[in-house]
Amino acid sequence: MVTLQMNALNRKLMRDLWRLRGQIIAVALVIASGIAVMIMSLSTMESLDETARAYYERYRFADVFATVKRAPEHLSGRIAEIPGVQSVETRIAQSAILDIDGFEEPVLGFIVSIPERGAPLLNRLHLRAGRMVAPGRPDEVVVRESFALAHGLAPGDSLEAILNGHLRRLTVVGIALSPEFVYAIGRGALMPDDKRFAVLWMGRESLAAAFDLDGAFNDVALSLLRGTRPQEVIDRLDRILARYGGIGAVERADQISNWFLMNEIEQLRTMSGILPSIFLTVAAFLTNMVMARLIATEREEIGLLKAFGYTNWAVARHYMKMVGAMSGLGIAIGWAAGFWLGRLNTRLYAENFDFPFLLYRPSTAVFVSVALLSLAIALLGGLGAVRRAAALPPAEAMRPPAPPAYRRTWVSRMPGHWLDQPTRIILRQALRWPLRSFMTAAGIAMSVAVMITALQWLDAIDRMIDVHFMQAQRQDVSLALAEPQSREIVRDIARLPGVLSAEPFRSVAARLRAGTRHKRVSIEGVPQVPNLNLVYDAAERPLSVPPGGLVMSTKLAEVLGVGRGDMIRVEVLEDHRPIREVPILDLFETYIGTPVYMEIGALGRMMRERPAVNGAHLLIDPLDKPAFFRAVKETPEVSGLALRQAAIDTFDETMGEMLLIFVSFFSGFAATLAVGTTYNSARIALSERGRDLATLRVLGFSRGEVSYILLGEVAILTLLAMPLGCLAGYGLAWVMTNAFDTELFRVPLILAPSTYGFAVLFGLAAAVVTAALVRLRVDHLDLIAVLKTRE
Amino acid sequence: MTGNTSPGATARTAASTPALHARGVTKVYRSGTMEVHALRGVDLDLIVSELIVLVGASGSGKSTLLNILGGLDQPTSGDVHFGQLDLTACDDAALTRYRRDHVGFVFQFYNLIPSLTAEENVALVTEIADDPMAPGEALDLVGLGDRRNHFPAQLSGGEQQRVAIARAIAKRPQILLCDEPTGALDSQTGVRVLEAIERVNKELGATTALITHNAGISDMADRVVSFADGRIAQVRVNAHKRPAREITW
Repeated sequence: MVTLQMNALNRKLMRDLWRLRGQIIAVALVIASGIAVMIMSLSTMESLDETARAYYERYRFADVFATVKRAPEHLSGRIAEIPGVQSVETRIAQSAILDIDGFEEPVLGFIVSIPERGAPLLNRLHLRAGRMVAPGRPDEVVVRESFALAHGLAPGDSLEAILNGHLRRLTVVGIALSPEFVYAIGRGALMPDDKRFAVLWMGRESLAAAFDLDGAFNDVALSLLRGTRPQEVIDRLDRILARYGGIGAVERADQISNWFLMNEIEQLRTMSGILPSIFLTVAAFLTNMVMARLIATEREEIGLLKAFGYTNWAVARHYMKMVGAMSGLGIAIGWAAGFWLGRLNTRLYAENFDFPFLLYRPSTAVFVSVALLSLAIALLGGLGAVRRAAALPPAEAMRPPAPPAYRRTWVSRMPGHWLDQPTRIILRQALRWPLRSFMTAAGIAMSVAVMITALQWLDAIDRMIDVHFMQAQRQDVSLALAEPQSREIVRDIARLPGVLSAEPFRSVAARLRAGTRHKRVSIEGVPQVPNLNLVYDAAERPLSVPPGGLVMSTKLAEVLGVGRGDMIRVEVLEDHRPIREVPILDLFETYIGTPVYMEIGALGRMMRERPAVNGAHLLIDPLDKPAFFRAVKETPEVSGLALRQAAIDTFDETMGEMLLIFVSFFSGFAATLAVGTTYNSARIALSERGRDLATLRVLGFSRGEVSYILLGEVAILTLLAMPLGCLAGYGLAWVMTNAFDTELFRVPLILAPSTYGFAVLFGLAAAVVTAALVRLRVDHLDLIAVLKTRE
Repeated sequence: MTGNTSPGATARTAASTPALHARGVTKVYRSGTMEVHALRGVDLDLIVSELIVLVGASGSGKSTLLNILGGLDQPTSGDVHFGQLDLTACDDAALTRYRRDHVGFVFQFYNLIPSLTAEENVALVTEIADDPMAPGEALDLVGLGDRRNHFPAQLSGGEQQRVAIARAIAKRPQILLCDEPTGALDSQTGVRVLEAIERVNKELGATTALITHNAGISDMADRVVSFADGRIAQVRVNAHKRPAREITW
C-alpha cells in the first residue's frame, strides 16, 4: 500500500474539484468532444493509411497502370527496359455481362487475367476461400469477395458470362480480395454496387483464348524502383504503347480504387482540423469563465494563503492544477471516446473499402499531441484568471470585492419604463459583462452551427440526388458496348424489347491541355440537344451542345485554368490520335465528376471516323424490363449497363448509413457544446447572484420569480444565440462544403429551412434541460445565511 | 419612472392589524448526533405598532426567533400566529406569500441588488405588493428622495441601508424586522438609519422588531426583550422612549 501524502493545498484542490464537479464535468465534456473528433479522424486516417500501405506492400500493388487495344507480348521486354521499372506484368482485362441465377438484371463483370501457374508478380490476390484457378481448367474463376457475399456465391457455385459474344458457364473456385479493387466501382458508377458489379479473375490462357488475344495483352501493370518518378516512366510507356491503342498510362495516385481511398483519407484530415478547433476554443472560454468565478469567490482564501507566506507562484500553480485536472478529465474521456469512435469509424470505412486486414493501431503520438494541444489551449484559457489570483495583494484579497459598479449609461437607461425590475436585473447583468455574454451566446450558437453543418449534408445529398439523378438523367438504363460500333447499331438497340427511346453516345479518351496544365478525360459525344442524358447545369437549366467545341463542367475548367471562350488543346488518345485546338463553348455546374461534352457529329469529324457510338441511353417500358434484361444478356456487343434506379438506391443506402452515423455523432457533440455552455453560464450566474436571489426570496419573491431572474439571462443569451447560430451554421457549412470540394464531389451549400428549424429546436431543448437542472438549486438557496453573511 | 400617488397616504394606521403571537417556540438544529437547542420554549407577543428591541449574546436565540417570526424558518415545536394565520402550518409557498404581503426585512449588509438604482430597488418590492406606496415616496420617507437614480455602488453604507429600509416599508408591511441594521455603520450614520426606522414605525404603524448588540439602541424601544441561552431572560418596558437622534455610541 502506498500512503498518499497530500499537502493541505492539494487537499483543498481535491475538495474544490469535488464541489465544482458539475461544472468541471461540463467543461471536460466539451474538451473531450474536441479531442474525440480529432482522435477519431486522425486515428481513422492513420489506420486507413497504414492498412493501405501494408496491404499495397504485401500484395505488391503496382505503381503504374496502362491499357491498350492489343499489344504483342514481346513488348513487355521493351517496357521492362524503361529506366526505373522494377517489374512488368502484362494482363488481359475485359468487361463482360454476367448472368447470375436468381438475379434478373444483368451484372457488369470486369475480368482480369492471372497466371495459371504461380502467383501474379503484381496486384496479388488475397484468397479468402477456395483456391486459385488450376491450369487447363478454362472455366474456373476467382471472384471478388463482396460480390460473392452479395449473391451468396461460394466455391463450387457457377455463373454465366458472355465472353466476346459467347455464353460461358464459369465455376467459382475461389473468393479473393485485391489491392487493385479496395474500392470497386463499375464504369460511370459513383458508389460500389456489389450486387451489380463484379471483379473476376481468370487464367491468362483461357481469357486470351476467349478474347482472341493469344500472344498479346491489353493491360499492363508496372512496379517502379524506389525513387523513380512515375511521370518519366509514364511518358516512355505511352510512347511505346501509342501505336497499340494505348490511351495513356496512369500512376498509382490516379488509379481509381486508390484515388477514392486517398480522397477519403484527405477528407478525414480536413475533419480533424475544423471541428476540434471549435470545441477547443469554446472549452478555453469555459475554462476561463469557471476559473475566473472560482478565484473571485476565493479572494479571502488567496489573501490568507499569501499572508501565511505562500508565494504568488504557489497560488498560481494551485489554480493551474485545477485547470490541469479539468482538462485532464476531458483528455481522458476524449481519449477513450476517440479510441472507441475511431475504431467504429475505421470499421465503417472498412465496410466500403475492402481490406484483408485492418490495422487499428493509433500511434501514441496522436494521443499525446492531441492531449498536449488541448491542455495548452485550456491553460491559455485559464491563464488570465490565474494571473489575477497570483497578482492579488494579500491585504486586498482579504477584503471583499467592491460591488460591481453599475452606472447610469445609455445601457442602463435603455430599458424602457415598461420593464419590471427583475427584467432590468437580467438585462443589466447581461450588458454589464458584454464579452462574457457574447462568448456564452457564441458557445450556444456553435452548438446550433455544428448541428446545422451535420444536417446540411442531408439537404445537400437530397439536392445532389435530385439534380444528378432526377433532373439530369431521364434514362432508365445506359448500355455500353465492348467496342465502338457504327451508328446503325442504335437502331438495333432501339428494337430490343421494351425500349421506348434510345440516345447514342460516344466516349473518347483524350488529354486536355491548357498551358502547363493537363488532364486525362473521357469526352462524351452527345446529340446537340440531348433528351435523355441531359447536360444539366446545377442552376436547373439544361444546356445544348453546339457543334464545334467543348461544353465542360466548371470544376474541370477550374482544374485546367480555362474559361468560356478559351481555346484548349485536345489530344485524342484513341485510333488516329488527332490533336486539335478546340474552343470552350460553355461551362456548367455539376455536383458530381468533371464531365466534358462535345456534339457527337463534331466529335466524329474530329476523330476522322464514320459516325460511331460506344453505347446508348435508353428509356424502358417498366413492364418489359424482364424481357429487356433477357435480351441484353444475349446481345454479345453489350459489355456493360448501368441502371439509374439501382444507382440511386446504392447512393441512398451507402450515404444514408454513413450520414445517420455522422449526424448522430454530431448531435452528441452539439449537445455537449450547448449543455457545457448553458450549464456553466447558469451555475456561474447562480454563484454570483445567489445572495441577491436569496434576498429576493426573503423579500417575498417566489421560487418561480427568482428562477426567472436566474435563468432569464441564460434564456436571453440562448435566444440571441439562435440567429447567431444559424449564421455561424451557414458559415461553417460553407467552410465544410469548400473543404470537401473534390473532383469527384462538390457538396452544394443547400440549407433547407427545416434544417435551421431543427437545429434551433435542438439548441433550445438542450438549454431548457440544462436550465432545469440548475433551477433545482434555487430550492436550496439558504435564506437565513443571507441575512447575516456577506460574500 | 413610477408615478407618484398622493403623498398624504403615509399615515395609515394598523389598528385592525393582528399582532404576532408566539407560544412555547422551540428550535433544535440537528447535525449528525449533535443537537443544538437554539430556542427552548419562548412565549412572546408583538403588540400592534410597538417597537421592540431584542438583545442578547451571540447564540442566545434572538435571530432564530426573528427568522421564525419573519416566516424564514419553522420552529421545531410551538405555535406562531399572525392574526388568524398559523405560520407553523404554512408550506413554502404560503410562507413566501406571508413575507411578500406582510413582512418587511432590513438586513445588516443591506442586500441591495447592485444592478438596480435606489428607486428600482424599491420598485422591486412595490411591483409585487398589493397596496404599495410609490418608490419615490418611500425614499422621501428615509430622506433619500434626491438619490433615487443612484446605483448601490454610488451610495454610502448609511444611504444603502436607508434604501433597504425604504424597500422594506414601501409595501406598507404590518411587520418590520431589522437584523442588526446598524451593525456595519458608524455611529453618526447609524443614528440616521435608526431615525428612519423610528419614523416608519411611528408614521406607518408597522410593528417593528429590531435585533441589536448595541445597548444604547434599547432606549428607543417600547419594550426590550433580553435573550439568554434560548430563553427570554428579561422583558423591560421603557417608560420614556428616547428619540433616535439622542442616541449615541
